[in-house]
Amino acid sequence: MTLKNILYFAFVAALFIGTGILQSWNLALSVLNYAIISAVMAQGVNMQWGYAGLFNTGVMGFVALGGLAVVLTSAAPVPDAWAAGGPRILGALVLGALIIGLAIFLYKRMHKGRARNLTMLVVLVGGFFLYRAVLDPAVVAVEAVRPASAGFLGGLGLPILFSWPVGGVLAAVAAWAIGKTALGLRSDYLAIATLGIAEIVLAVMKNEDWMDRGVKNVISLPRPVPYEVNLQQAPWFLDMAAKYHFDPVVGSSVMVKLMYAGLFSVVLIIVLILAELMLKSPWGRMMRAIRDNETAAEAMGKDVTRRHLQVFILGSAVIGIAGAMMTTIDGQLTPTSYQPLRYTFLVWVMVIVGGSGNNWGSLLGGFLIWWLWSQMESIGPATMGLITAGLPDGGLKSHLIDAAAQMRLLMMGVVLLLVLRFSPRGLIPER
Amino acid sequence: MDLLNAFITLMNYVIIPGASYGAQLSLGALGVTLIYGILRFSNFAHGDTMAFGTMVTILVTWWFQSMGMHLWVLPTALLALPFGIIATSLFVLGTDRAVYRFYRARKAAPVILVIVSMGVMFITNGIVRIIIGTEEQNFLDGTRFIISARTFKEMTGLPEGLAFKTTQGLTIVTAVIVVAVLFWFLNKTRTGKSMRAFSDNEDLALLSGINPEKVVTVTWIIVAGLATIAGVLYGLDKSFKPFTYFQLLLPIFAAAIVGGLGNPLGAIAGGFVIAFSEVTVTYAWKKVLVYALPNGWGPDGLSQLLSTDYKFAVSFAILVIVLLFKPTGLFKGQSV
Repeated sequence: MTLKNILYFAFVAALFIGTGILQSWNLALSVLNYAIISAVMAQGVNMQWGYAGLFNTGVMGFVALGGLAVVLTSAAPVPDAWAAGGPRILGALVLGALIIGLAIFLYKRMHKGRARNLTMLVVLVGGFFLYRAVLDPAVVAVEAVRPASAGFLGGLGLPILFSWPVGGVLAAVAAWAIGKTALGLRSDYLAIATLGIAEIVLAVMKNEDWMDRGVKNVISLPRPVPYEVNLQQAPWFLDMAAKYHFDPVVGSSVMVKLMYAGLFSVVLIIVLILAELMLKSPWGRMMRAIRDNETAAEAMGKDVTRRHLQVFILGSAVIGIAGAMMTTIDGQLTPTSYQPLRYTFLVWVMVIVGGSGNNWGSLLGGFLIWWLWSQMESIGPATMGLITAGLPDGGLKSHLIDAAAQMRLLMMGVVLLLVLRFSPRGLIPER
Repeated sequence: MDLLNAFITLMNYVIIPGASYGAQLSLGALGVTLIYGILRFSNFAHGDTMAFGTMVTILVTWWFQSMGMHLWVLPTALLALPFGIIATSLFVLGTDRAVYRFYRARKAAPVILVIVSMGVMFITNGIVRIIIGTEEQNFLDGTRFIISARTFKEMTGLPEGLAFKTTQGLTIVTAVIVVAVLFWFLNKTRTGKSMRAFSDNEDLALLSGINPEKVVTVTWIIVAGLATIAGVLYGLDKSFKPFTYFQLLLPIFAAAIVGGLGNPLGAIAGGFVIAFSEVTVTYAWKKVLVYALPNGWGPDGLSQLLSTDYKFAVSFAILVIVLLFKPTGLFKGQSV
C-alpha cells in the first residue's frame, strides 16, 4: 500500500461520505451496498482477466445464475406443484444429462467417420425429442398450479444466506461446462462465446417458468435481516432511537442497510483475503506466467488448459456469489432486468480502470465506478435541468432531461478509453 | 395432404422471413469481417455503429417527411440513407483518429483493441440513446406489401395466403446490389486489391508501397456504409430500438465466425446459415405439418422445437459446433 493508493481509497470514501452528507445517508448506504457487490464481481473478473488473461464477457450469465440459486434454495416450496410434476421434471433433467453423457461417450469411443456422425445425430435429435416428451407434460402441469401466484416448483425454503454459496457452486458448475467447450478458443472467440452463453442462461431463466416463474418474476424472497416495520415496533430499537435522537422510520431503513453492508463486507473481505493469498502463492505466479507467455509455460510442463479451467471456475464462482447477494438485497428475481451493458461490460470497466491483475485495484474500481454509475443517473438529469432552465417547457426540454440519464453510458466509455490510453495498467497497477 | 398449401405456408413463415433476415445479418457480418481482416480485431461496437447509422437515417427521414417528401411506394428512409452513411462514415473515421489509430501505431495486441472497442461501444450506445431515446421507433412508410396475404388468396383461390412485404423485397434486392458492388470493388479496383493484399499479408503489402492509412480509411467508410444499410433494412423490416441493435452483435458475430472471420464470402454464407437455423428452430411447424401430412396425422401441439427467446441459443450452438470442429469457419478465414 503506497501513499498514492491510500489517497485513492480515501478519495472514494470521501465520495460516499459526501453523498451521505449532501444527499442522504440512506442513499449513500444503498449505493455502498451495491458497490460492495460490484467489487465482489470485479474480484471474480479480475481473477479471470487479471491473473490469467481469460476474456470472459459472460459475467451477466453468472450473476443471473447466482440470482437463480437464491430462488432455488430460499423461495418457499410449492407442495402442490411438486405433486403435480416435480419428480417427472427432475427425471427429465436426469434423462437430458444422461443423453448428453451418452453422446459424449459415443463420440469418444467411436472412430471418426460417417457412422459416428450418424450415431451422434440420432442420439442427440432422438434424445431431444424424448427429453421434451418426458418434460413437457410435467411442465404444463406445474405451470397450471395457481399461475398467478405460483406456477413453479418453488425453492427449498432454506435461510437465504445458504443461497450465497449455492450461487457460487451453480456458477462454478456452469463455468466448468462452458470452460470444457470454450476455453480452447482464442481470446476474442472466447469473448463472443461467453457473450452468447450469458444470453442463453438468461433465455432459459426467462422461459422455464416451472423453475423461476420466468418473466413473471419471483417476488418476496426471504431476507437475512429484519424488516423495517418490525424494527420500528421493536422496543430495543425505539429505546435506541430515543437515546441517540434519530427518527425511528429513517433510522430503521438505515439500520437495515447497515446490516446488509455488514454481511456483504464479510463476503468481500473473505474473497479479498483469499484472492491476495492466491495471487501471492506459487499458483498465482504460475497463472501470471501462463498469461504472459503460454508457450513458455507449456514448455515448462504447466498444463495450460487445466489451469485456465481452474481459474475460470474460481472467478465465475465469485461472480455467482455476488449475483446471489444482489438478488438477496433486491428481494426478488427479475430475469428481464439483466442487461449485458450493466452486468458484463460495467464490471469490465471496473476491473480495467481499477487495475487488472491487482486485487486492490479491482476493489477500488468496483467502488469508484459503481458510485459514478449510480450517481450519474441523478446528476445527469439535474445538470441538464440547469442547462435547459432557460428553455420553454416542452418536448425538447423533457427529451433532453430524460436523455441525460443515458449520459452515464457515454461517460463510462470515455473513462474506459482515457484510462486505457493514459494509464493502461489502471489506477493501481499490478506489481 | 396438401403439399401446395404446405409449401406456401413454408414460404410465408420460413423462407421469405429467413431470407431477408439472412441478408440483413450478412451485411452486418460483412462489416465485422472486413474490420477483422484489415484492422485485425473483433469490433464489439459494430451493433452500435449500426444503431448510429440507423438513428441518423431515421432523423433525416423524419425531416424529409415533415417537408412532405416521399418516395412513391418505397420508404422515405431510402432517400435519407446516403445521409446516414455519410454521418456514420464521419463518426467511425472520427473514432479511428481519436481512438484506434493510437493502438494501431503501437501494434497493440488484438485483445486490447477489443477492449478499446468496448469503450467505443459504450460511447456510441450512449450517444444513440441520448439523441433518440431508448424507445422503439417505427419509420416505415410507403406501400407495406408487394403481395399481401389477401391479394394472394384472391389471385390463386388458395386458403393459405402468402405475404411478401416491401421491406423484405427491398432487403433482398439491396443486399444483392451491395454485395455485387462490394465484390466488384474488392476484386477489380486498385484500392480494393490493395485492401485484400493488406489483409493477406500486411508486411508484404507495406513493402509494395500500399499506404496503410488509406486502406484503413477506405475500410472504415465501407464498414460504415454496410453497417448503416444493414441497420436501416433491419429497422424498416422490424423496428428500431437501440438495445435490439446491441443484441444483434451476437448473431452477426456468429455469422462472421461460422463463415470464417476475414472472409467476405463466408460472412454472407454465415449470415444465411444463422438466419435460417434461427427461424426453423423457433418456428411452430404445426400448420405446415398439418398440410403436408395425410389427414389426421398432423400433430396436436405447436411442433415448435424451441421457444422464440432461444434464438440466441441457436446462433451460439452453431458457433460452438463450428469453432470446435472447423475453427477457421466454413470458408477458410484467417486467425491472428
